[in-house]
Amino acid sequence: MRKFVYLGAALLALAVALAATAGIGSAAPANSADTKLSLVAYSTPRAAYGQLIPAFQKTADGKDVSFTQSYGASGDQARAVKAGLDADIVALSLGPDVDELVKAGLVDAKWKKQSYKGMVTDSLVVFVVRDGNPKKIKGWNDLLRPGVEVITPNPFTSGGARWNVMAAYGAWRKQGKTDKQAQTNLLKLFKNVTVQDTSARNALNTFASGKGDVFLAYENEALFAQSQGQDLPFVIPKQTILIENPIAVMKNSGDKEKANQFLRYLRTPAAQQIFADNGYRPVVKSVLEKNRKKFPVRPGEFTIDQLGLGGWDKVQKRFFDPDAGIMARIERQVGGVTG
Amino acid sequence: MSSTAVVEPRRVRASGDRAATALSLGFVTLFLMVMVALPIAALVWEAKSDGAQSFWDAVTSPQALAALKLTLGAAAIVALLNAVLGTMTAWVLVRDDFRGKAAVNAIIDLPFALPTIVAGLTLLALYGPASPVGINVAYTRTAIVLAMMFVTLPFVVRTVQPVLRELDTELEEAAHSLGASQTTTFRRVVFPNLLPGILSGVALAFAKAVGEFGALVIITGNIPYKSEVSSVYIFGRIESGDSAAAAAAAVVLLAISFATLLSIGVLRHFATRHDRA
Repeated sequence: MRKFVYLGAALLALAVALAATAGIGSAAPANSADTKLSLVAYSTPRAAYGQLIPAFQKTADGKDVSFTQSYGASGDQARAVKAGLDADIVALSLGPDVDELVKAGLVDAKWKKQSYKGMVTDSLVVFVVRDGNPKKIKGWNDLLRPGVEVITPNPFTSGGARWNVMAAYGAWRKQGKTDKQAQTNLLKLFKNVTVQDTSARNALNTFASGKGDVFLAYENEALFAQSQGQDLPFVIPKQTILIENPIAVMKNSGDKEKANQFLRYLRTPAAQQIFADNGYRPVVKSVLEKNRKKFPVRPGEFTIDQLGLGGWDKVQKRFFDPDAGIMARIERQVGGVTG
Repeated sequence: MSSTAVVEPRRVRASGDRAATALSLGFVTLFLMVMVALPIAALVWEAKSDGAQSFWDAVTSPQALAALKLTLGAAAIVALLNAVLGTMTAWVLVRDDFRGKAAVNAIIDLPFALPTIVAGLTLLALYGPASPVGINVAYTRTAIVLAMMFVTLPFVVRTVQPVLRELDTELEEAAHSLGASQTTTFRRVVFPNLLPGILSGVALAFAKAVGEFGALVIITGNIPYKSEVSSVYIFGRIESGDSAAAAAAAVVLLAISFATLLSIGVLRHFATRHDRA
């Protein structure tokens, strides 16, 4: 009998200890006059937000607003928010990650109907090449040549890598190839992929270590790396996809009004210029025009919606279903597994 | 455990001891519940959330099987290499005297302190395409073994070292004086004493290698069906929103690790049966 008494005491002690540790996690109460916004974002725009937040705090709307910021892989961030990570604003790398939050009832389904289709920055899929472009890589067909080693993250572990796949597929469609031919080319392309890293960051490490001839990357990251003094020459293919990065306010945000003010600020010319300085193509056309030297016009540029595939929603299922998707089949064929 | 403790005759203040035992037993049980049993139960729960058929489909999909084969094969090689090289390292550290021995002894544990993703980056820089020492094994299966070796190196060394230190050299001398050769002495006298320690270390190394992610993700190339290990495959399933399949693959990995640990435990029991007799 006494045994149980002691066991009970131990249980209680542990419960108290657990409760105490749990308490450490909760934030200290903020000054009631201030507003605190929690921004949960994917990792690449960290430097941009580092400049944007202080700039916003200097505006009338941003006075007395403090921010907590969290950066990580886009899919991880979406999952963390779904699991209860406190967020007022989510800035992710691709629409489907926001749609995951819509499905969980955390973001309004109408987020795409906001100004600029709910997007805050654009970019392009580009080819990062070796110094002097020794393999003379210009267009997508050059990636299919035997002996050309391509580095791209795996589209199943990196949401961002799905942009690369759709850029390639869309480019061939733009060149007049049929759906079937474009899929065949995707298979050829992935036969030339010698490393499929789990994330764009790891893929950059791989390329920097000396592996591969071409690295499928994003214009903003290449520009940012160049601005940091890294030698990363890149080629923009004639046809490529316009990457669109979404931003949305959470339904359960404590201060939707302020959160929306921040979103409005991010689409002002001043804020868009900061994004441009950090390598992102502005969504605001006037700012984009002003920075044309940095962001040349690509006539063969297309968005995911312009591919006529029904947008990301359908594309996710058709291309990236881990069992039945086109890319799952291609990975099987690349791996020498039939069926 | 508790019952054997309380019936020991020399325990006089039985009731106080019993209470203390109950307290510690209760605490340990709870601790293990919170830290180990509940998370594993939750994992199994998640794995079967889509039903038995999808569990089976998930674990028998060609990609999952290819990744599993590669992981287990590499982990087995790593376990064997560790058994030999770890024992040799422990031997040198205990039996030989050389300058800087203390430093070398301290270095052994460093792979544990290094975040494994940093380990991966370091190995890539050293043994990748831009290798300063002219060794390029990155993105091959050799790299998988190399990375697994790096993160599991301390286990066998640390389990064999104390046994070796306790081992009386007089035993070996006696064997020698009775005419046993060096190899015979090692095989018949030293090795049986070390075996339990080696087995413990090998089991730990194997389990750690099977679950390793950080170091491998950088250096393996991650080509599905070719160089994708199970932990990376599982990560891909999570990223694709298929957490049930991810959990299913993880459960298989755990079950295999558990079976391995268990059978090594049995082997160890068998190897030490004379000590207990």
